Order: sequence, then structure tokens, then C-alpha cells
Amino acid sequence: MSTQKAQHPQAPAATRIHNIGYRNYDGPRLGRAYERRALFSQSLRGAYGLGRSAKSKVLPMILFAVMCLPAAIMVAVAVATKSGKLPVEYTAYAIMTQPIIGLFLASQAPQSVSRDLRFKTMSLYFSRPIERSDYALAKYGAMASALFILTAAPLVVLYVGSLLAEMDFTDQTKGFAQGMVSVTVLSVLFGGIGLVLAALTPRRGFGVAAVIATLTISYAAVSLIQEIARANDSEGVIQWFGLFSPASLIDGFQTAFLGASSAFPGGAGPDVGVGVVYLLAVSGLIVGSYAVLMLRYRKVGL
Amino acid sequence: MYNPTVARLTYRAVLGRRRAAILFILPALLLLIATSVRIFVGPDDQIAADLLGGFAIAAMVPLIGVIAGTGAIAPEIDDGSIVYLLAKPVKRSTIIFTKLIVAIAVTMAFSAIPTLIAGFILNGNGQQVAIAYTVAALVASIAYSALFLLLGTVSRHAVVIGLIYALVWEALFGSLVPGARTLSVQQWSLALAEKIATEGLIGSDVGLPLAVSLLLGVTVVATWYAGQKLRVLKLAGEE
Repeated sequence: MSTQKAQHPQAPAATRIHNIGYRNYDGPRLGRAYERRALFSQSLRGAYGLGRSAKSKVLPMILFAVMCLPAAIMVAVAVATKSGKLPVEYTAYAIMTQPIIGLFLASQAPQSVSRDLRFKTMSLYFSRPIERSDYALAKYGAMASALFILTAAPLVVLYVGSLLAEMDFTDQTKGFAQGMVSVTVLSVLFGGIGLVLAALTPRRGFGVAAVIATLTISYAAVSLIQEIARANDSEGVIQWFGLFSPASLIDGFQTAFLGASSAFPGGAGPDVGVGVVYLLAVSGLIVGSYAVLMLRYRKVGL
Repeated sequence: MYNPTVARLTYRAVLGRRRAAILFILPALLLLIATSVRIFVGPDDQIAADLLGGFAIAAMVPLIGVIAGTGAIAPEIDDGSIVYLLAKPVKRSTIIFTKLIVAIAVTMAFSAIPTLIAGFILNGNGQQVAIAYTVAALVASIAYSALFLLLGTVSRHAVVIGLIYALVWEALFGSLVPGARTLSVQQWSLALAEKIATEGLIGSDVGLPLAVSLLLGVTVVATWYAGQKLRVLKLAGEE
């Protein structure tokens, strides 16, 4: 440019930018909150395969059906035998079906975050006015909500079924409310752990394996150690080992505060005093996974 | 049949960077549990058998098999870089066989060796428990690697399908439906362990001759079919 200027000293005065009639955008700017909501609903729908190909709907829908089927069968059995109460407690259902919850989380958490990393769409998100806290919150919220839908649906089936069978209303409502609190905590805890592990790798396969390994291996190891402790008559330590896996954390938490009967060997769940430690561990893990997600997205690439 | 260059690339794909971490964590956890049990409980043959059977064979070996078996080929197919390998004048069956050898070696290294060490820590190989479970882990490594390598060539969701097989079919169905145990790599390998250890410690639902022939059959057929799949492989776009 400078050379041109030197050749034609008068040129700059003669040039001007023509206004050829393009309009500026003067419609409403929807802003950060809208984008956060859009990202949230997109991720939530994606977790169930909605808005994705037919093939990716298969697995989440099957897992959802498998999750609800036992509840429906239990209601049917309870109605047919006129037993007057459900065969399982509301709080016990999620602990019983945790392999399914684990598979759902393992298959959907990586698809929620890994692909954004692998196809480098992160930079496109952040070219919009959203901050990384918006991205992390939207993804975290969506994963937790997807898990909540998965775990709460069978409880609703149980509850509606029990009311239709004219079981005791106050009993059922109390149990249902306790179950709902328990699955809410479970969804937030599991969702956070799953997203953190998935966000650490751009490869979907390794994310899946890492999530499953963390959830099921830790639970298998904890259960095994608890059994050994029980066989050696040291029942006092059983409740402390429960702190080392996500599922047993939830189990201990609801035993202490939500009147659930523990799935620990011998039913030796923690009382309220030890329960506080469980509560601290659960909230620490939830806050911790949000913090790790924030740390992870400080740099957009890898 | 064996191509050292393909093997070197596969080792790097399976063990590279962070991926090896998950492979180290599981054996480390097993050894940690074994050590603490030995310290707090002392040597006990029944506990050793329960721990190795319940944690090492039932959970650790299949999981490492899934990671190594699918990790040997699935990521390459997933991101399309397998075409550079397929374009080279190397037979497809050679590629599969080499990758299988690597997957078996990795699975054995990360599952059978820790099982042996944990067995010796737990009860010093009393009643041959450590050796029995190590043999089971070695045999299971071969079958799992072949099976999950095949899954990697068949489906994009190889890891999920492999995990469903390992967790839902073998662990959940196996404990509920007796018939499902006949079709489980875990039970086939336990049939061998049953013969080695002192009677009554380890149980399997499958007879030894049937178990051995099923193990051989599954490994050979899975490897052959994986080679066939690789010959006619179509690279699909991202879903």
C-alpha cells in the first residue's frame, strides 16, 4: 500500500468505500443466556439421540427402556399379588440398576464433549459471546438432567403404579420424595465424574472405557473389600470403605439421611454422624468436577 | 504373518500418551487391595480365590481386553487413518494377525502378570491359586483380544458393545441365568483354573474339553472373520 501511495500521491483522497446497500443486523441479540440454554437443550437432546442419526438413538433408548421395564414388572407383580407394598424401596432402585446407569453415562458423556474437542468445534463456540463457565455449566447441567430423566422415570412408574394399586398414600409419597432426592444427587455426582473423564480425551472409545472403569471397577473393589471386612468381623470399617466409589457414596448418603436400607454387606450403612462425611465427599466431588471442567477448558485445544 | 512395523505402530497407538494410564491404574488397584488384605487379614486361601476370581478375572481382565483389543484397531478405523495402512502392500490378514498379537501381549502383560503377583502377595500361591488364576488370565487374554479386535472392525461402538458383553452378559446374566455361563469367556478360562488349583476352591460351569474347544474356536473364527471384514472395509463418514 505504501508503495502505491508513493506512486500516486493523490490516490487516497480519490478513493472511497461505496455503500452498496447491505443492511446491518438490527434484530434482537439473544445474548449469553439464550446461547447457554440452546447449548443445554442441544446436549440434553443429544444424550437421548434426538436430533442425531437413527443409529445413535438405539442405545440410549434401549437403556431407557431397560431401566423402566423392571419397575413396570414390579408394579404389575405387586398389583397381582395384592401385597400392599412395592417389592423394592424407591431409594434402592438406582443402586440396583447402576450398571445400566453406568453404561448410559459411559456412552453419552463422551459423545457430549469428546467430539467437540476432536473436531475442533470448541473455537466456534467460543467465538460467540459465551464464556467457558457457560459451556461447562450447560454441558454439566445437560448430562445431569439426562441422568435424572433416566433414573427418575422408573421411580415415577413405581409411584404411579403404587397409587393405582391404592397403597398407603403418605408412605408412598414419602418414599417417592426420598427417592427423588437420592437420584438428583446421584445424577449430579455421576454426571460430573463422567464429563470430567470424557473431557480429558478426544477419543470416544477411551472416554467410554475410562468412565465405566471408574464407576464399576471402584464399586466392585469396594464391595469386595467390604465383604472381606465383614468376614473378618471388623464391621466398623465397612462404612469407611464406602467412601471410595461413587455408587457406594450415594448408598451411604441415602442410608444416613434418606432412611434407605443400605446395600452394604450386613446392611452396615453409616449413621448420621458418618453420613456428614459422605455428604462432604459428595459435595466435594461435585464442586471438584466442575472445577476440573473449568480448568480443562481454560485452553480450547488439547 | 507378522509385520514388525505394523506391530510397532499398534503398540504406540495402544500404549501412547494418556491411554496407558488406565491400563496401569487397574493392576495397581489390584495390587493395592491384595497388599492391604494381606496386611490386615493375613494369608487365607478362600479370600485369595474370591479376590482374584471376583476382581481380577471377572472385572480387570475383560476391561483391559476391551481397551487393548478395540484400541488396537478401532481408533484407526474411526478417524480414517487406516487407509494409509491398507494402501501398503501388506496382506489384510497379516495386519489383523499382527494387531491381535499386540493386543494379546498388552492384555497379558497388564492382566496376567499383576494377577500372578497379587496371588503371591495374598497367600504365596497356596493350593496353586495364583498359578491357576494366572493361567486363566492368560487364556482369557487371548480369547478377549480376538473377540474385541473383531468388534473393532465390525462396529463404531466397539467399546460400548464390548463393555456390555463383559459387564451385562458375563457379570449380570451370568449370575442370573445359568445357561449364559456356558457362553462366557470367563467361565471357559475358569475351567482351566479349576483343573490346576486344589479341588473346591475354584468353580466353573463348563467342562474342560468343551471350554478348550470353545476358546480355540472363538479365537480362530474371530480372527479369520476380522480379516474378512478388513478386506471389505468401507470407511463411513461421521454419523
